Amino acid sequence: MRISIASGKGGAGKTTIATSLAVLGTERGLSITYLDCDVEEPDAHLFLHPTPGEEQVVTVPVPQVDEQTCRAAGVCGDCGQACQFSAIIALGEQVLVTPDLCHGCGACVLACPAKAIHETPHRVGVVQTGQAGRIHLVQGRLDVGQTMAARVVRRVKALAPAADLVLADAPPGTACPALEAVRGSDLVLLVTEATPFGFHDFTLAVAMGRALNLRMATVLNRVDGYGRDIRAWCAGHGVPILAEIPTSRRVAQGYAHGELPIRKDPEFRRRLEQLFGQLVGTAGALQR
Amino acid sequence: MKVAISSSGAEMSAPLDPRFGRAPYFLVIDLESGAVRAIDNAARQSAGQGAGIQAAKAVVDAGARAVLTGEVGPRALTALQGAGVTVCRFAGGSVRDALEQFKKNALARPPHAAAPRV
Repeated sequence: MRISIASGKGGAGKTTIATSLAVLGTERGLSITYLDCDVEEPDAHLFLHPTPGEEQVVTVPVPQVDEQTCRAAGVCGDCGQACQFSAIIALGEQVLVTPDLCHGCGACVLACPAKAIHETPHRVGVVQTGQAGRIHLVQGRLDVGQTMAARVVRRVKALAPAADLVLADAPPGTACPALEAVRGSDLVLLVTEATPFGFHDFTLAVAMGRALNLRMATVLNRVDGYGRDIRAWCAGHGVPILAEIPTSRRVAQGYAHGELPIRKDPEFRRRLEQLFGQLVGTAGALQR
Repeated sequence: MKVAISSSGAEMSAPLDPRFGRAPYFLVIDLESGAVRAIDNAARQSAGQGAGIQAAKAVVDAGARAVLTGEVGPRALTALQGAGVTVCRFAGGSVRDALEQFKKNALARPPHAAAPRV
């Protein structure tokens, strides 16, 4: 069973909740694979403290043009016509390749009538594994200055070892890396900050899940007065609220020291246990 | 020789647009004949990255050997220089003003472009 933890707004509490759910799972005797898909700023390791394992380089196949063959064929520019991202383009008598824009789709290779293009690997990031008790952590890390985050996310998912429960900690937002992180999940748990801003971005995240035809549920986090609008919206749109977590100074203090909030605040633990039960029940019902 | 100028309008009296990749038009001027041709810069509609590269292709395909503009991004600058196009910067004024300054050889050439926006 794979559950992804996502949110429209950043800082809503995805990692706080996902790491706590992982530990609660091991307390119940489950094996857990934790996928840190927030490859632009992976931080689950700060709370899970894994012993480091292997590291694999993630590459994108980018085109390399054999200039002689290309010129002999007249620099037709078909490669640039095929590319949707301007990563390869014919400019006058030469072909310019911009690796940072390349999505590695291979369209230019197919489009070239002279067969003057072959692909070479271009490094965009790494995937690191680690072990924290019964939690197997797989973490993606995009290189500084690179933009192909979804590629790294895809590799994180591909390297996930089987487990009783796979938790995918998604990047915030609704762009390509977030889509890639939640794609194929049995359930998407949307962590919603109980503020107007959190509400707004939550509705965007629901639209993303709907577009991918995914089952969704939400947890309201840092509830501190505001929340009526979100509850009404969820009731009207068929998104169940599995738990509500109040604002807690103890959770914030623990977070600042890299400590799991379930170990710092009994009330937080109680709500997370409720969430865990609901979550496994919701996703389990789906599997039957 | 042809010169391309990034422009906010399709006429010589229009203000020069200081952004190369996202300028609405390029006015391509043939210095020998004085003929002016306006190119609609389709790249400015591009939501993602690569607008500068597309714009560079548009002016290269139009036969321009020099570009007069405000700011050029690093990718567009690489593309233009790779195609042998001279890039000149003009702080403000109309397309006609920029052309006059260029003819007097009084425009600055950027040693490097701004850092890439990621």
